[in-house]
Amino acid sequence: MRSSDGHIFVLLLPLLVIVGFALMALVDRRRGHLAGPGFFARNGVGIGLYLLLAVSFWTLLVIVLPQLFMVEMAFRPKLPPAATGGPRDVYTLENFRYFLYGSTTSTAAWNVTHLTAFWKTIVASILVTAGNFLLCYPLAFYMAQMAKAARVRLLLLLLIAPYWVNEVLRAFAFRVILGTSGVLNKLLLGAGLIDAPVDFLGLDVGLYAGLSYAYLLLMIFPLYNAIESLDGRLIEAARDLGAPWWRIHKDIVIPFAKPGIASGCTLVFMLTSGALAAPLVLGGPRSLWFTPIVYDRFYQAFNWPQGSAYAFILLLTCVAFVLAVLRLGKLSLGEITR
Amino acid sequence: MTEAVELANLTVRFGDFTAVENANLRIQAGEFFSFLGPSGCGKTTILRTISGFIEPTEGAVRIGGQDMRGIGANQRPTALIFQSLALFPMMSVADNVGYGLRVRGVGKAARDRKVDELLNVVALGDQGGKMVDELSGGQRQRVAIARALAVEPQVLLLDEPLSALDLKLRQHMRNELRAIQRRVGITFIYITHDQGEALTMSDRIAVMNRGRIEQVGDGRTVYDAPDTGFVASFVGEINAIPGRVSATADGYAALETPLGVLRGRNPKGLAVGATAQLYVRPEMLLPNPTAAENSLSAVAEEHAYEGNLTHLACRAAGLRLTVLLGARESRDPPAHGAPIALGFAAADARVLPGD
Amino acid sequence: MTAATAKRALLGLYIGLFFLYLFGPLLVMGISAFNTSSYPTVIPFEGFTWDWFIALARDKDMIYGLQNSLIIGVCVVALAVPVGLAGAIMMQQIYPRARGFYYLVVVSPVLTPGVIIGISTVIFWRDLTTTLGSRLLYNGDFLTVLGQSSFISAYCMLICIARLQRFDRALEEAGLDLGATRTQIFFHILLPFMRPALLSSAVLAFLSSFENYNTTTFAILADKTLTTVLAGRVRQGSTPAISALAVVIIAVTVCGALLYEVLKRRDDARKARLLRVASTAEAQDLAIA
Repeated sequence: MRSSDGHIFVLLLPLLVIVGFALMALVDRRRGHLAGPGFFARNGVGIGLYLLLAVSFWTLLVIVLPQLFMVEMAFRPKLPPAATGGPRDVYTLENFRYFLYGSTTSTAAWNVTHLTAFWKTIVASILVTAGNFLLCYPLAFYMAQMAKAARVRLLLLLLIAPYWVNEVLRAFAFRVILGTSGVLNKLLLGAGLIDAPVDFLGLDVGLYAGLSYAYLLLMIFPLYNAIESLDGRLIEAARDLGAPWWRIHKDIVIPFAKPGIASGCTLVFMLTSGALAAPLVLGGPRSLWFTPIVYDRFYQAFNWPQGSAYAFILLLTCVAFVLAVLRLGKLSLGEITR
Repeated sequence: MTEAVELANLTVRFGDFTAVENANLRIQAGEFFSFLGPSGCGKTTILRTISGFIEPTEGAVRIGGQDMRGIGANQRPTALIFQSLALFPMMSVADNVGYGLRVRGVGKAARDRKVDELLNVVALGDQGGKMVDELSGGQRQRVAIARALAVEPQVLLLDEPLSALDLKLRQHMRNELRAIQRRVGITFIYITHDQGEALTMSDRIAVMNRGRIEQVGDGRTVYDAPDTGFVASFVGEINAIPGRVSATADGYAALETPLGVLRGRNPKGLAVGATAQLYVRPEMLLPNPTAAENSLSAVAEEHAYEGNLTHLACRAAGLRLTVLLGARESRDPPAHGAPIALGFAAADARVLPGD
Repeated sequence: MTAATAKRALLGLYIGLFFLYLFGPLLVMGISAFNTSSYPTVIPFEGFTWDWFIALARDKDMIYGLQNSLIIGVCVVALAVPVGLAGAIMMQQIYPRARGFYYLVVVSPVLTPGVIIGISTVIFWRDLTTTLGSRLLYNGDFLTVLGQSSFISAYCMLICIARLQRFDRALEEAGLDLGATRTQIFFHILLPFMRPALLSSAVLAFLSSFENYNTTTFAILADKTLTTVLAGRVRQGSTPAISALAVVIIAVTVCGALLYEVLKRRDDARKARLLRVASTAEAQDLAIA
């Protein structure tokens, strides 16, 4: 298929969806299932126009079309500007082939670097997410069920404060601590525990520490909100009945807080796997993280279609993760977005 | 003379559900008119249709002689007092009262003058600067009234405004509302499920049941001369005795009932053989009467002493009857199980089609 | 030591360690800002100095980046808050069967990695401006504002939805009944009601925009914001001027948090006062009745 048709298809797709829903609504109104005044009667012409324009601009021009264009580009070959629209501009899977095999044509050898990076990123993100959860859960529970209101407010403020320092600076802070002439090494040398500075950054320890650190807030908040809405008397009742503390958490708190847990895990996974700042700042020369590779495809290799393909792969992964979490927890999308 | 409000064959349907069916009514200017009925009878629907929030499915609403079809709620010469009052929480009392004038483009000076005047009418003269949250329930009521009066409506509509207040305050507000209406002279349309309220305050009442207007009349008519069994039992207490019409004469009917043959008025002109009920008010059912056109014997059961009178429950042929004992008889009510003779005048009873 | 005290001690230790982990790096970086050593470090602490703060103030790139970040932040607020409000109102009014799909679409930017939002914004607008023939809008600031707005509007929308759900429809009807037009109701009644949500949305929008890196780094093209300048500096090797910046940001945040706390206390006191007046009025009511 020629790719000049692609754009038209991409533009038509959302329009078709909108028209489809509009027709459904029209039918429902005819049948009397939809009561009440029409849209412009309800809002007035001025406000109605504002609402329509704002929402269409946002959903179409800012959210949907850019995504569709990016996905479309992932299936295009890399061509010099002169050749676009010409005979070689046909849809192709060559970018994905490159991801898997390191070449757009042959499938002889695997693209070890990129595949390893991708795999490591996913696994590390899952581990970081799990670690974050374990780390944050006790505090969230304490704040939600045990601490008094004034202290909770204080803790919340203390939690939020570090996060207005942006993630680049936060990553940098870890570099100061974990670098070869950083605080930790100096302390360990001074205490005689090691003979030579340990290259924490090169070993990716810095990266993982920095990543765990980066998104703590986004795990704590959903957890806190979810646990906070649990009626404390349920816990008291369980304790009254003699349930040990681990049972209380396993059987009562965690199932109740499922949406919050799912929300927190989803956000942390998504941010960790898509992290750019921490890997760039803390990653050693040999460390591989997927997102910086995506960045390179664009601004080092100048291969935008390939970069789009890689971005698309990342997007699919995140979607898959979200779906998996929703399925595992038997939740709906609305429940996990606060 | 053009009526203030006219409902002409008004029907309102929501999908399959008919909320108001074929309502026909003429409300005079300056009247205090009430719609009385249980929840779900359609009175709120009628109010909102008059206000303009609901479009009639059939029929028309005319205000001041003008058909209101196609005229939106913000253009009608009505003002509505909501059950929840719907005072604007982000505005002060004065701003609330003046809001209708503000959206009509009335200048600040003129607006302030009118607001002051109205706040004095409702006895809130010095509260203009307060926020709505600072007021008591009774004060908020009065702000709502002042706000509605500010736009000088032809008709003021009130949606069960007193239901949220406690008893003593409610009674006080009843008098206040009536006084305000008399002073201002606007047509008030009031809806309530409390028949005491309707009877005390209104010039005329429309009793509604399941979307239909059963009877329109002043308090006395509705109470003494109900047109249907529903009206008889909804407004005040009633005794209903079932039977079959055995004879009719001179606007009266004789009804064969389990308690014997009883005579009462026959306002609906029921024919011989029709099934009907005889309705007689507890206060008209006299114990141990000296001479009575209708007499029956019953057995006394529980009585409830209320100070100035006593409710006596009796049973006769399986039917439950309520008798009202006055102060004197209350001193010595019949014992439980004692036989009691009851009687009433035929003119005090009505024979109506079975409910 | 009883079980209860042991548990409490454990809890205290855990919380202490947690916050040490949270604040430690920042503390270290903060200290390094005052260290005369030319590479950010805490040990050895060679001497106390304000030099790095002065260097920061003189750093043209950083200042330019800061200005740009502020401009972009303000633009994002101007775009995301109205759009978020519209999105929230639309959520209530949209054809019910389309609502689930609509929700999915508008919330998806929150769950999408920032880099993908940046990439897709650039690709789309490059294609669009090429087709339209004018490269006018293909500019780093514009694209960054758009890219950030995709998810920041979603944040604003979520905040507005929560507030909107508590709005009493009867207030709209009362306005109508008194003769107001729909537009007047929107400005006189709805917007004042939404004010708290709009304010918190605006603050959240500005802060989220200011500290954003992932989306900005793609969308900003050849231009710079504070975060991209920082990232560049950090990779190249840096002076403690960066630490100085961190200290400044922390100080501003702390002041902001204190200000928020003060304002909140004042608001709580005001609400309590209103309630007290209302209850005396209620008592008076019952007395006259």
